[in-house]
Amino acid sequence: MPRYLVQRLLQAVFVLWAAFTTSFVVLYLLPGDPVSIMASGGGDTNDVSPEQIAELKQVYGFDKPLIESYGDRLWHALRGDFGISVQSGDPVTRLIADQLPATLQLTSAALLLAVVLGAGVALAATYTRRRWLRQTLLSLPALGVSAPTFWVGLILVQLVSFRWGLLPAIGNEGFRSVILPAITLAVPTSAVIAQVFAKSLRTALAEPYAQTALAKGASRRRVHFGHALRNAAIPPLTVAGVVVGNLLAGSVVVETVFSRTGIGRVTATAVTAQDIPVVQGLVVFGALAFVLANLAVDLLVPLLDPRITAAAPAVAR
Amino acid sequence: MTTDTAPLLSIRGLRVSYRAGDGAPPAVRGVDLDIAPGEVVALVGESGSGKSTTAHAVIGLLPPGGRMDGGRVLFEGTDLATAGERELRARRGRDIGLIPQDPMVSLNPVQRIGRQVAEVLLIHGLADRASAPAEAVRILGQAGLPDPGVRARQYPHELSGGMRQRVLIAIAVAARPKLVIADEPTSALDVTVQRRILDHLQTLTRQAGTAVLLITHDLGVAADRARRIAVMSEGEIVETGPVRQVLTAPRHPYTRRLLASAPSMATEPVRVRARAQARARALPRAQALPRAQARVRVREVAAGEPAAEGGAPVGEGLDSAEGLVVGEGLDAAGGLDAAEGLVVTEGLDAAGGLDGAGGPLVVAEGLVKEFTPRGRARACAVDGVDFTIRRGESFALVGESGSGKSTTARMVARLTDPTEGRIRFDGQDITALSGAALRRLRRRVQLVHQNPYSSLDPRRSVADAVTEPLRAFRVGDRAARLRRAAELLDRVALPAATLRRRPGELSGGQRQRVAIARALALGPDLVICDEPVSALDVSVQARILELLAEFQRDLGLSYLFISHDLAVVRQIADRVGVMRGGRLLETGTTDEVFASPSHPYTKELLAAIPGGRHAVPARSA
Amino acid sequence: MSRRAAARFWLRRPGLVLAVAVLVLVLLSAFFPGLFTGRDPLSGVPAERLQPPSLHHPFGTDQLGRDLFSRVVHGSALSLKATSLAVAVGLVAGSALGLLAGYVGGLLDDVLMRIADVLLAIPALLLSLALVTALGFGTVKVAVAVGVTSVASFARIMRAEVLRVREATFVEAARASGSGPLPVLLRHVLPNASGPVLVYAAVEFGTVVLAVSALSFLGYGAEPPAPEWGSLVSGGRDYLATAWWLTTLPGLTIAATVLAAGRVSRALDGETEEISR
Repeated sequence: MPRYLVQRLLQAVFVLWAAFTTSFVVLYLLPGDPVSIMASGGGDTNDVSPEQIAELKQVYGFDKPLIESYGDRLWHALRGDFGISVQSGDPVTRLIADQLPATLQLTSAALLLAVVLGAGVALAATYTRRRWLRQTLLSLPALGVSAPTFWVGLILVQLVSFRWGLLPAIGNEGFRSVILPAITLAVPTSAVIAQVFAKSLRTALAEPYAQTALAKGASRRRVHFGHALRNAAIPPLTVAGVVVGNLLAGSVVVETVFSRTGIGRVTATAVTAQDIPVVQGLVVFGALAFVLANLAVDLLVPLLDPRITAAAPAVAR
Repeated sequence: MTTDTAPLLSIRGLRVSYRAGDGAPPAVRGVDLDIAPGEVVALVGESGSGKSTTAHAVIGLLPPGGRMDGGRVLFEGTDLATAGERELRARRGRDIGLIPQDPMVSLNPVQRIGRQVAEVLLIHGLADRASAPAEAVRILGQAGLPDPGVRARQYPHELSGGMRQRVLIAIAVAARPKLVIADEPTSALDVTVQRRILDHLQTLTRQAGTAVLLITHDLGVAADRARRIAVMSEGEIVETGPVRQVLTAPRHPYTRRLLASAPSMATEPVRVRARAQARARALPRAQALPRAQARVRVREVAAGEPAAEGGAPVGEGLDSAEGLVVGEGLDAAGGLDAAEGLVVTEGLDAAGGLDGAGGPLVVAEGLVKEFTPRGRARACAVDGVDFTIRRGESFALVGESGSGKSTTARMVARLTDPTEGRIRFDGQDITALSGAALRRLRRRVQLVHQNPYSSLDPRRSVADAVTEPLRAFRVGDRAARLRRAAELLDRVALPAATLRRRPGELSGGQRQRVAIARALALGPDLVICDEPVSALDVSVQARILELLAEFQRDLGLSYLFISHDLAVVRQIADRVGVMRGGRLLETGTTDEVFASPSHPYTKELLAAIPGGRHAVPARSA
Repeated sequence: MSRRAAARFWLRRPGLVLAVAVLVLVLLSAFFPGLFTGRDPLSGVPAERLQPPSLHHPFGTDQLGRDLFSRVVHGSALSLKATSLAVAVGLVAGSALGLLAGYVGGLLDDVLMRIADVLLAIPALLLSLALVTALGFGTVKVAVAVGVTSVASFARIMRAEVLRVREATFVEAARASGSGPLPVLLRHVLPNASGPVLVYAAVEFGTVVLAVSALSFLGYGAEPPAPEWGSLVSGGRDYLATAWWLTTLPGLTIAATVLAAGRVSRALDGETEEISR
């Protein structure tokens, strides 16, 4: 295996470990006794009997010194065991794995939509010579990032489902049920992609090499798609981590709005019930998604830009 | 003169303006210019003169916000100013090639070299997909690129700046155009590279009978390369004519000013001129001296005996003043008293009588600076450099980029620590000075940076900048410091009102004056000037150099002067050290080094100074 | 800048004028809700429940007959308080850490920046949710949870600026003039480094409004009767088919505020140079 790949993988492992540790610190060390929070299940702390607490303490290893229980949890986490959901009693890992397909379906549909929309808007806005069209297209991303996701979802439900009766408002049933949630989730993500891509395209078109190409007699289309496009593709790629974060975080809201099952829904329920093991598992899962996205970008970018080798990537710095 | 044939390109009444705020003057205001087939015409002007805008207007590639307001651009009888996009595209690259300004950013970084050259041929149907790659390699070879086959498969970042410029030349001439527009084609390159590339371009275009419109700020380059020169200022062509005529009999005052200030064209160094002025001032006094007495002194000088005049400067300096008198070409009678003023500035050598008391000001021994770039082997930026700067002397380090000259200067300024070697300042070892002792040193050693656009804090007023050293050493109270700042500004010929301005409101030359005022505020002994004029236009350069020379004469300063520009060095330095690859190749007095360089590299550097073919006899300034 | 240039600057940017007006109105409503409405946001008139927008009730009424406009106006107090607190947490903590990392450098810099990397690797909303889980629910806790997620970004920007300015020629010139480290830091580095950080704070304002209202929408904000923008939208979910105004209008208020904040921050980022020139 090439050395840079090993290096990247080690970095990824470090980030995952650090995410685990951070979530441990946040969830177990912050004010408030984690065990009584868990036992209360988001309700009143006084309802819990001392016996229950003692039992929970033992189950989660909090009868031992803190550092020991940290080591304990880390050791289990390394083997994919993030503990047991306080709420349902299921292992956290299985809970996440069970819900993953539904969320993957939603996020990948949204990602596809976001890339097509975002890149389309950016390319059209920089290519058109009509001033009004360019201005209109360029103002779309600002709208997209400003509208609250939950609100966009509700408006869509209101119009498309209730008023026009075109698509189902809630649920996981079939392809038709994914359309509205995916659009909702794609709105802010495509806006981010469009913003970054339009900016990098404009930068690339203003570079002297674009002028060189024009001086060769190249057409606008040739300069745009033959020269600027590839140079401009790198910045939007490097925000992949942000995009993945948007999609994951967005799924919490979108799945709630559309009453879908999935990881987002699990998250919302776990937070409401203060189900600490589940929340920790989800945080590490989020970091894993980020790390994987960036690894993919690290491997992709050198193909686009010969100046960047995978050993010295432009990303994650 | 132009030939009888119809001109290839004929610009008539060209007017271009930029959309910037109302009231901004148009960038090009009615330019007329003819270029005959095969003719090389240089368009010379300083930044903002509109020369680049004119060139770009010819091929309809004005920067955003630029608009052609009027005039005609007749190319082979077709008016390109009113031509449609399709017509222009057919002409660009095919009939008119462009060599852009900065080779480092003018090639597409993610495309192989060969493909970028082949693109011109493909666009204009001069080759098909099968034949274009081989054609591109052939053209790259023609442009003087070594191993063109290998280069064609490389990416721009794998090539040096000089090689990239050759690639751009290849692109410009690939379609055998009738006209090549070269927009400052080499100003971003080192002089030796610059010369080779211009030579090659000249050969290529001459062989093919291509006309060239050469845009340059350097009158020397223009004089070397063009048949005709058009001088541009503030959007207008103020003078045009054959090279010799423009150089020897300039008609327009602006051309005369430009000629007078072009460092590569002038033969009378600023330092000599400054001394001549001192001499002129001293001469009446000297002539008032009884001749006999003067002769006695001269004889004493010649004899090398210590003076009996009780510590008078002349007495002190006698030992070496002889050389001085002769060197300056003064007659024995008039010279001596003048030499009094000269002794101070000339500094003389350490063995001589004058410096006997203090020794040299700076002694650098075996300076080494190593860097360890990330993931790479150690590299030596400076590799064993020794030199001495005498009191009142201006010592210049010249070299091309990467020669280690700036790093050396920064070590002497103690802004970076040498890996090895010692620096002594006024007898004291300052190599490892730190804390309060280092700050005390700063009082005597000041710095003028290369770029006056970045060396002044944009948020602080000029008064703040100039009083900063005074404040740092708690000199005087606020009012006293402000008075001193006003005084200093007056010395650098800036109005006192400038005190309240911010750097953003000043021109480059004005900012550099402020930086000089700041460097002089504490009355230092040594001022380190790191390329102090390279960011400025030539006419501004000359005035700043004069100012520096004047201060040296009046205040007895020593300079360590860093420059890549031999012409500038000749203007200001008493002694020169030539650096390359971190080593000091040779040192000597400026006259020695320029007249009889000993190292081959120095010879190459000297030969590369543009304008050498048309050295103009000294003019009265 | 001359008065005429200023007038021209604003006249050419009607969108910016509108954005500033929206922000001013929203801020005024947060601090002086009485200026806009005399109605009680908490008590309703049962007879007037679920009425569509009218002159009498500009935003209509909810299922308890409470005036929605009054609830949105009073909701801006809680929502903007949370937003300001969150931005302040990020700005103050982030700038301090970034300044420290950039100016001290060395091991401290490495450690702080690795921590920042990790914080950035966890999607912001997930991190906020983890913090909310640990801290509990409520407006202030939500604000802190959102603020913490932006600490890393602020720290990075401040550090990058400090490093940039520290290497700037004018800082070297100040050192070469003999100025000590502290005067250089205070006179040159900090003033020149803080611009982008403040601009980012303006950018962050909109993002934070969204994050705070998302958490409020999910039900982690203020206790029910108290109005918050996010919870107002969420409260209208059950009446989507019958009372469109209950979700649409509060959501529109959020969107308008974020949009206005974004426009103003873009102006701060680049266009003000034109004013001061």
